[in-house]
Amino acid sequence: MDILVCIKRIPDISGQITLDASGTDIDDSGLGHTTSAHEECAVELAIQTAAATGGKVTVLTLGPAEAVEQLRAAVGVGANDGILIETEDPGAFGPEDIAQVIGDVIRDRAEGGQSFDLVLLGNDAADTGDFQVPIRLAYDLEYPVLTGIQTLSATSGSGGPGAIEAHGIGPAGTEIFSLELPAVIAVQEGGVDPRYPSITGRMKAKKARIAEYAAPEPGAGNPRIGLELPPDTANEVTILGEGPEAAGALVDVLEEIGVIRS
Amino acid sequence: MTLVFVETDESGQVALTSAEALTFARTNASALLQQLPDGAPDTSREVAAPPSGSTEAVVVGPLSEEAVGELSRLGVSRIHHLESADLEAYSATAWAQALVDIAPETGAVLASGTPRGMELMTHVAVRTGERMAANVVAADEEGLLRQVLGGAAFERLQLGGDLQVLTLAGHACNPEETTPTTPEILTHSPESAAEDLRTRVVRTEVETDADNDTSGLTQARAVVGAGRGVGSENGFGEVLELVDHLGGALGVSRVVTGLGWRPHSEQVGQTGSRITPDVYIACGISGAIQHMAGIEGAKTLIAINTDEESTMVQRADYAIIGDLHEVIGAVNEEIRNRRG
Ligand SMILES: Cc1cc2nc3c(=O)[nH]c(=O)nc-3n(C[C@H](O)[C@H](O)[C@H](O)COP(=O)(O)OP(=O)(O)OC[C@H]3O[C@@H](n4cnc5c(N)ncnc54)[C@H](O)[C@@H]3O)c2cc1C
Ligand SMILES: Nc1ncnc2c1ncn2[C@@H]1O[C@H](COP(=O)(O)O)[C@@H](O)[C@H]1O
Repeated sequence: MDILVCIKRIPDISGQITLDASGTDIDDSGLGHTTSAHEECAVELAIQTAAATGGKVTVLTLGPAEAVEQLRAAVGVGANDGILIETEDPGAFGPEDIAQVIGDVIRDRAEGGQSFDLVLLGNDAADTGDFQVPIRLAYDLEYPVLTGIQTLSATSGSGGPGAIEAHGIGPAGTEIFSLELPAVIAVQEGGVDPRYPSITGRMKAKKARIAEYAAPEPGAGNPRIGLELPPDTANEVTILGEGPEAAGALVDVLEEIGVIRS
Repeated sequence: MTLVFVETDESGQVALTSAEALTFARTNASALLQQLPDGAPDTSREVAAPPSGSTEAVVVGPLSEEAVGELSRLGVSRIHHLESADLEAYSATAWAQALVDIAPETGAVLASGTPRGMELMTHVAVRTGERMAANVVAADEEGLLRQVLGGAAFERLQLGGDLQVLTLAGHACNPEETTPTTPEILTHSPESAAEDLRTRVVRTEVETDADNDTSGLTQARAVVGAGRGVGSENGFGEVLELVDHLGGALGVSRVVTGLGWRPHSEQVGQTGSRITPDVYIACGISGAIQHMAGIEGAKTLIAINTDEESTMVQRADYAIIGDLHEVIGAVNEEIRNRRG
């Protein structure tokens, strides 16, 4: 089964963030870059599923030239090749545009003889968190779509590309879906542990075959007007003390809140 | 009119997150409708329109008397009760189409930002040719404000279009009751297109080992959080005893689940659970934004950390500086002593 995984280059933030001069994006000049946790799991699921069914994994991103780093990182853990849809201004693309551009490239590849049985994405991107690209892409391709999926198992189909069983967490327990392929699936962290690159993986990543496309002008555009940071509410922390001697003070606080079981 | 997708729990009660969404819809109706083109008529696709600014609810599946009472106290003027064989098992496309069929031509459709809410609103947006805004926290004449970066920043945006389709971030709005209404109840039994049933849940496995169950965590009044500072898989003894004294739940950081010390169902944060306890006691957790994203709803934040400069300590209401094993060991002993 041939699988496409869509990944997005995002700034790796853990602490304080600042805005850039335009006020519509964060200043990522001093930051490293990564992909979302959900997407790392999508890559892992793709590698496992392709291995189980004898297929290939291609990773795709719409982003700046530097996003090739994220594609190579995915090849380093086991993807076979990559597709970079390059744009200087990824922020100009709204979720409709991203889905459309990815859809066009998938169709282009199919014409060239490379058709994907399964397209995996992250459930939501860690930066913009639009929760939309997978579903919009599925409508564009006229494929069925699931979101919030944690594990997959390929079931043999008769003749065609086959079918897949997908598991996700629902309000009442683990929900199981069964889909004829091709399909789009948005993956959520928690079902698989992404692997680390091996030494041979790192070597492979350097030599990875990356196909390049130039992104078209975004059609719908990004509805964003600006970004705002939460007000820096000066917080007064009460230090109850140091070490075990402070235990009594903490238990006083817990008693006051009323959460200690009698 | 604003149509709100309402989720109910196993006992038939309106979910807290849906009560938040209903309150937001009611108290922000004019700001939401202001975004629409001038003088747009407020008509419904299937039924005659009630006055503009009204809130209507959609409930799929059983509708309990309790839920009707609660929807009335939340100011709902009309309840669309969807019950049909095709909608019995969840299929996002089938449910979304049923929502589209009762959505207004112009107005707003919203849900709380739960997995289902997110999924349904995106399908509704695509099917009505509109944009969608996830995790909205406020609406005013300048547009919508929504959480991005796991809550570390807010995006201001304008959706345009005839229908404002959005999900509300958890805890962006406190549920508030109003003068009770006498909601009209309309029952619909839609038939779904075969294509829309392809993504139907074929079966649900109720967890027996609780390994995948996050309900304890999201409902607990007290959560004890444990991070890398715990040290090892075998370092959870004191923490778990404290959880027990509080009748609470254990929550962990992604480092802890990533190292395989605890299951992912216990993870708190942007890619884990978002929790709303009365008190969260973060032990050996540094306070990365992706973790903080999950605990914004905690009323009181207590940090136990060796590092006074850590974000968690700086953001906490109360903190103890020290080794978590020693501190929690002493706290457990103190609780046992006071209990006598
Ligand atoms: C896309 C993405 C999504 C993410 N989602 C999540 C998420 O959902 N949830 C999440 O938690 N993280 C998430 N993360 C990871 C996050 O960025 C941090 O890496 C993680 O929260 C750090 O975990 P930690 O605080 O346990 O570990 P560390 O950052 O290593 O902190 C350990 C802390 O323990 C303290 N400490 C050490 N020893 C002791 C001791 N003996 N006693 C007391 N204190 C001690 C240290 O001072 C330090 O403050 C995500 C990251 C990304 C990129
Ligand atoms: N620029 C992009 N390039 C490739 N994939 C993307 C891009 N933006 C979003 N995606 C995919 O769509 C998922 C959901 O993104 P979003 O709808 O923006 O929350 C992400 O986790 C990615 O897998």
